[in-house]
Amino acid sequence: MTDPSPCADRPEKRYWLDEPRHVDKIFYGLVGVCVLLLLSDLAYRKHATFGFESWFGFFAWYGFICCVALVLLAKQMRKLVKRDEDYYGD
Amino acid sequence: MIDGLNPALILVCGSLLALLAPQGRSRNLFMLALPVLGALQLWSLPYGEHARVEAFGLTLTTLRLDGLSFAFALVFHIAALLAVIYAWGLRDPVQQVAGLLYPGAAVGAVLAGDLVTLFLCWELAAVSSVFLIWARRTRRAYRAGLRYLLAQVASGLLLLAGVIIRFRATGSIAFGGLGLDSPGGGLIFVAFGIKAAFPLLHNWLQDAYPEATVTGAVVLSAFTTKMAVYALARGFAGTESLVAIGTLMAMFPIFYAVIENDLRRVLAYSMNNQLGFMVVGVGIGTPLALDGAVAHAFADILFKALLFMSMGAVLLRAGTVNGSELGGLYKSMPLTAGLCMVGAASISAFPLFSAFATKSLILEAAAREGHWIPFLFLLFASAGVFHHAGIKIPYFAFFAHDSGIRCEEAPRHMLVAMGLAAALCVGIGVFPGALYAILPYPVAFDPYTATHVITQLQLLAWSALAFALLVRTGVYPPELRSVNLDFDWFYRKPLLAAAAGAWGAALRAWEGFNRLLEGSVERLIAALALHHGQRGIMAATWPTTRMVLWAVLLLGACLIFYYL
Repeated sequence: MTDPSPCADRPEKRYWLDEPRHVDKIFYGLVGVCVLLLLSDLAYRKHATFGFESWFGFFAWYGFICCVALVLLAKQMRKLVKRDEDYYGD
Repeated sequence: MIDGLNPALILVCGSLLALLAPQGRSRNLFMLALPVLGALQLWSLPYGEHARVEAFGLTLTTLRLDGLSFAFALVFHIAALLAVIYAWGLRDPVQQVAGLLYPGAAVGAVLAGDLVTLFLCWELAAVSSVFLIWARRTRRAYRAGLRYLLAQVASGLLLLAGVIIRFRATGSIAFGGLGLDSPGGGLIFVAFGIKAAFPLLHNWLQDAYPEATVTGAVVLSAFTTKMAVYALARGFAGTESLVAIGTLMAMFPIFYAVIENDLRRVLAYSMNNQLGFMVVGVGIGTPLALDGAVAHAFADILFKALLFMSMGAVLLRAGTVNGSELGGLYKSMPLTAGLCMVGAASISAFPLFSAFATKSLILEAAAREGHWIPFLFLLFASAGVFHHAGIKIPYFAFFAHDSGIRCEEAPRHMLVAMGLAAALCVGIGVFPGALYAILPYPVAFDPYTATHVITQLQLLAWSALAFALLVRTGVYPPELRSVNLDFDWFYRKPLLAAAAGAWGAALRAWEGFNRLLEGSVERLIAALALHHGQRGIMAATWPTTRMVLWAVLLLGACLIFYYL
């Protein structure tokens, strides 16, 4: 391919993941898996201890919302706690 | 094996004897034999109290084996064994000795039947483990090691104070259920809490572990905190406040883990998060919950060692574990990447991996006891741990954008150690019954029900989807070279400044006192000099002629007086 390896004169091996459309494939694969898992709630009888566990797709959307909230909150936290790498000077 | 011999002694004495073996293969083989022999000895001992020693006018029970101590002692031996294999290429006697002495102390602590033996092992573990940080031999590591040692020794002192109060009030040093309300119970609880990295007492962990050596971090990750979980399970099972403490522990570190750049520090935060689950289990205190805490500690030691080993290999080969500088390493280190992902899947509790079979015991116990708020938070923490340890660690180290770093694959001995750890992680996930069989209480729980598998997969897949969406839309915060303020800020900045100020004031006071003293001494010297100095009247040398004159005058005077 185009970018030569720094240490060899033959071109560096191009990996499957180097191709953006392959990364897209993984992403859409994940979306497909998520949809299937969500729909699988219709296909079996859930054993739930708490009422909210039996809501449709509870674990799916709870996980999704938690992770988005986690990242957005952590991003805001950075404004408060981020300092230079040598802040402590050691 | 030898009747009544404490397995801890095999590790402790052996670690020192290892120095006699010549460096290289023979020392390595000797060190490899120690955890194997220790584990065989442990396996051969029947449950019960074995060794009694008279010391300090007390009867110490140095070896007590039951379901609780057995599981911990066994996994400690496995972790020590993995570390020896991982460090096969290491030629540093400091790390070699500390790498077995410290596990030996931890084994001693979980086998201790009384609080004095526990205290002695507690301190030995503290002192021996700091060398795994100092062995990095940088100023930064030295200072981090000192802060670490201060926290550990503080924990030891609190434990000692608690034990003394307890002994004076009850006359007993037995290490069984203690309870917060018992004499000295509060102090002992805080002592355990420091080592278990309770919120606000946690920062020694994130501060010190990432500064340890490549091998050091692997060894450190296994013992101190799990020893504390054991101690809590033994002394404070069913203490209600532990549920809240554990929930908090599981929650807040995940936010730090998301924005932390040093990937070994991310792992340190995720340790805190996993310890939170165990502490909740101890707090609930039912047999199922305690089994869950023990099983999860067992699994955690293995997958956390695996993750620390993979990041250690990256540090060794690429020279850094900063997410901002890594990426694309799967091209150079495909095996390490794969093994790291096994560890990531295990900590994330994917079906067929270890935490799926162990963490679920704790969540099930929380549900059965009706703790719905902790349950929801622990579910949040489960999604969070997948996010930061399950995805972030492998993603930023081995994938993400290609950093251009091209290095060698990890050395073969490291791959063997990681492979063994990975096999155990998968083994526990696939055959949970084998682990359940050695837990303190009989387990009547099947993790592989349709509900559990599907709901867990839903949680994980949708968490992964959130990560992927946030990265693709550019919302995900980039890895930045930075340090994030945590509770250690209080003692590394204002408290340090206050201490420096107090020290400065003390120095100034001392100088003033000295000046005052010097002034008066100078005045004294001046006065002495006036009378006794070179020109002082009292110090002048008298010529003999003058003496003779005076003698003559005196005699003359006597003569005159007699004559009169």
